[in-house]
Amino acid sequence: MEAAMGLMRRMPPKHTETALSALLSLMPQHSSDLLSQVDQPLQVLCDMEYGKEFILCEYNRDADSYRSPWSNKYHPPLEDGSLPSEELRKLEIEANDIFAIYRDQYYEGGISSVYMWEDDNECFVGCFLIKKDGSKTGQGRRGYLQEGAWDAIHVIEVGPEEEGTSHYRLTSTVMLSLTTDNESSGTFSLSGSIRRQMNMHLSVQEGHLCNMGRMIEEMESKLRNSLDQVYFGKTKEMVCTLRPPSEVVMRLPDS
Amino acid sequence: MADEEEAELSEKQKKEIAKWFLLKSPPGEIQFVAKDVKAVLNDDVLYEEAASEAFPLYNKSHLISLEMPGRIGDVIVTSYGQLNETEFIDPRTAQVAVVDHIKQVCTEVRPGLDEELPSAYVEEFRCALDAEILKYVDEAYPKGICSVYCGNGKDVEGPGSDFELVVVISAARHSPQNFCNGSWRSIWSIEFKDELQMLELSGKLQVGAHYFEEGNVQLDAKHECKDTTIFQSSEDSAIAIGNIIRQHETEYLSSLEESYSNLPDTTFKDLRRKLPVTRTLFPWQNTLQFSLTRDITKELGIGK
Repeated sequence: MEAAMGLMRRMPPKHTETALSALLSLMPQHSSDLLSQVDQPLQVLCDMEYGKEFILCEYNRDADSYRSPWSNKYHPPLEDGSLPSEELRKLEIEANDIFAIYRDQYYEGGISSVYMWEDDNECFVGCFLIKKDGSKTGQGRRGYLQEGAWDAIHVIEVGPEEEGTSHYRLTSTVMLSLTTDNESSGTFSLSGSIRRQMNMHLSVQEGHLCNMGRMIEEMESKLRNSLDQVYFGKTKEMVCTLRPPSEVVMRLPDS
Repeated sequence: MADEEEAELSEKQKKEIAKWFLLKSPPGEIQFVAKDVKAVLNDDVLYEEAASEAFPLYNKSHLISLEMPGRIGDVIVTSYGQLNETEFIDPRTAQVAVVDHIKQVCTEVRPGLDEELPSAYVEEFRCALDAEILKYVDEAYPKGICSVYCGNGKDVEGPGSDFELVVVISAARHSPQNFCNGSWRSIWSIEFKDELQMLELSGKLQVGAHYFEEGNVQLDAKHECKDTTIFQSSEDSAIAIGNIIRQHETEYLSSLEESYSNLPDTTFKDLRRKLPVTRTLFPWQNTLQFSLTRDITKELGIGK
């Protein structure tokens, strides 16, 4: 398993799916470990009843079916698929509605799904998913990207309420790849995946959704920023170490 | 999941998967990948087979450079200098390096044979170009290695026939302690067209980088370009070719920098904006009904 995870840390993130399915076929005995430890690009199904797409993940899966957050039904249909309690389902519906607005404001398109379920140790757990195709042919409004994918997975464990506060543990993963292609600069492709955690103790006065939403918003901004500034920046630094820009070369003799 | 079916992978399929992982290794990381592949495969015979097929391909596509014994310089592992599976010529020293692909070392060298080296006529052009490119690479790449090969027509004895020279430039940087590896690879083929008295250049540039501190981010950039100039004496041709390569590679570097500087505000924005379209943080507090949380808390019996 350690070696498998080692490989996943080195394979190009845009080939995550292929790498994962290769590992699954080589080590079928570890398939559940692999599926739970390796984040993979999100898949989508359409809820025909609502005419809306929803995102698939381990948290809305039961057997080989996935529950839609819109109709609360399993696709393909499942007789006794597990469902959240009625009250939690109410929160889930609200979370889906609000998160869709949030998603639209930041992503200008994309698909989002929120799933909630009761947990033995925690009060409940919520999983917030966003998938955006930012390519020219997808929903890239500005049309810069030949290929562009952003998948975000946020899992928040919410602890029981104590004296008006709850503990929230957020684990977020962002996977992205972007490719630009033009005559003068050829193909330029960056892909990456990072995962971070955030723990907070917050007053529940304004409600769980409000707290979860703010944490996710803060985390997404942090992840976007570190991908942009730190991670992409480091690869740029590497390019400039390999071949320093000419201004630097010309300045060197003076310094 | 059809686990049972998938468990019945044939040896050949397993080997292909192992090779896929090895060939997808980022610059300078194939040895680490190999260790993990070996563990995952759990079959040393199969691993050895996969490695013996994948390493030579990886070494050649990454244009790795290996130190030759006797401190005579580095040899680049490239198909342009390949004589057989393990022998690669270093045209500058006219030595043939014997390479252990899996250990990624040069084990011995021997002088190149006459039939392995270009004719005096072609060598004059090759040698002049090599000197020019060496000068350029020393200036432009702090850790660059370069070599000029004869691609075609190495036996052309004098004016009247076409021949081809190939410039290979490889610069790699491995700093695992900084969680970063990268490589710059250029291959320029220059066709000396005797009848047209023209030189036709075509370049393939490839840059890769991997940053992996608490994450995995990779750059993969490729570019191709073409140019022409007139056929001159060996020395003048060399200078003209050197200038063209310098110009195109400098332009390419600036276009890479431009791609990077476009990221935050244009390219990346098509995936996710820094701020919402409203330019203010999302108003979570306004969207919620306070009662709902209270109801849930009550229903689940988790208050106090």
